[in-house]
Amino acid sequence: MYVAAEGAEHHPLVPIWQELVVGTIAFALLCFVLLKFVMPRMEAMYQARVDAIEGGLKRAEAAQAEANQLLEQYRAQLAEVRTEAARIRDDARADAESIRTDILAKAREESDRIIAAGRESLAVERQTIVRELRAEVGGLAVDLASRIVGESLADEARRKGTVERFLTDLESAGAR
Amino acid sequence: MSGQFIAAEGLPWPPKVDDFYLPDLAGPWVTKFTLMIWLAVGLLIIFFMATYRNPKLVPSKGQWYAESIYGLVRDNIAREQMGKDGIRFAPYFTVLFCFIVVTNLFGITPGLQISPNSHIAFPIVLAAISYVMYLYIGVRKQGLGRYLKQSLIIPGVPWPMHVLLIPIEFLQTFIVRPVTLAVRLFANMFAGHLILLVFTVGGFVMLASDNIFIQVTSVFSFLMAILMAFFEVLVALLQAYVFVTLTANYIGTSLADGH
Repeated sequence: MYVAAEGAEHHPLVPIWQELVVGTIAFALLCFVLLKFVMPRMEAMYQARVDAIEGGLKRAEAAQAEANQLLEQYRAQLAEVRTEAARIRDDARADAESIRTDILAKAREESDRIIAAGRESLAVERQTIVRELRAEVGGLAVDLASRIVGESLADEARRKGTVERFLTDLESAGAR
Repeated sequence: MSGQFIAAEGLPWPPKVDDFYLPDLAGPWVTKFTLMIWLAVGLLIIFFMATYRNPKLVPSKGQWYAESIYGLVRDNIAREQMGKDGIRFAPYFTVLFCFIVVTNLFGITPGLQISPNSHIAFPIVLAAISYVMYLYIGVRKQGLGRYLKQSLIIPGVPWPMHVLLIPIEFLQTFIVRPVTLAVRLFANMFAGHLILLVFTVGGFVMLASDNIFIQVTSVFSFLMAILMAFFEVLVALLQAYVFVTLTANYIGTSLADGH
């Protein structure tokens, strides 16, 4: 055909060879520059972003899982602590009860003891007093009698027996 | 009337093939077409260098635009057509896509008004690269014999059919594919420019008419020209997409093991 000659007819399907050359060189230049300087960084950035997003998601998931686990753990601990506290409270209540009964029992025992001791000492005192009184009253009575009679009763034994009998009669009369 | 003033006498009517071959600016090497090619190359290099000078994980606006284009080609063309293998071709496809889009859009850019791809030389260059690429990749991946066998012989066909099928398959893979690749892009841009010429120049010719009715009708011609200009935007993007998608598809079949 009549390629690129000035003023000649052009067939639209016949390329102009200078344009082929220019197109090849220009496109090659474009490819060289962009494929060397731009596109690798773009793919790298793409990957980095995918990593960042996926990594972020993964991290978030891990954090979530950890949080859940901690929550579970805390819940378990809390429940444990609650039962522990309840147990301690129960124990304390039981302890208090037993202490109270203990103290009560001890106090009762003590009071019983004190009362018993008091009674005993009272009885002893009474015994002593009775005994002293008996001797004294006996002596006094004998003195009085001997003074009245003017002479000492000869028979000691009889005298003692008389006094004793008298006092016993007195006592039984008093107790009655 | 001003219309008559603009529509001076020697309007080129009807539009002809010669309208696509403007006088050289300075010899056959420096023409409007070669300058537009350099302009496209320059614009793309500047755009990508500017937007990707300092890429960040959280992109700036320009970086986001550049990445959107890359993402479109990477995910919607390369991965769609070729699977995971396609991603390593995504950079070249992106360059190819951008180059075709920009040169196509020159067809409706004020002041340029014609796409370099309406000269078949440029689509031929691009199609030839795709052609060499898919042949080379096929032969390198599978070896010459296996690649030819895979390309020409359809498995599971009774052998007498091969007498018919092998020439058809040969024609298909080694001749029709690259030719249609180049001609499709060229013809779309050629036709698009012709349509715009028909409606705009036709509008002026109608305005220059003596008949008032024809002068009024020219309004529709201009409206149609505007409509077709928008349509041309669509065609420009679509043809770039088709070109790159088919290239990806051809390379994909070269890589594939089966037929």
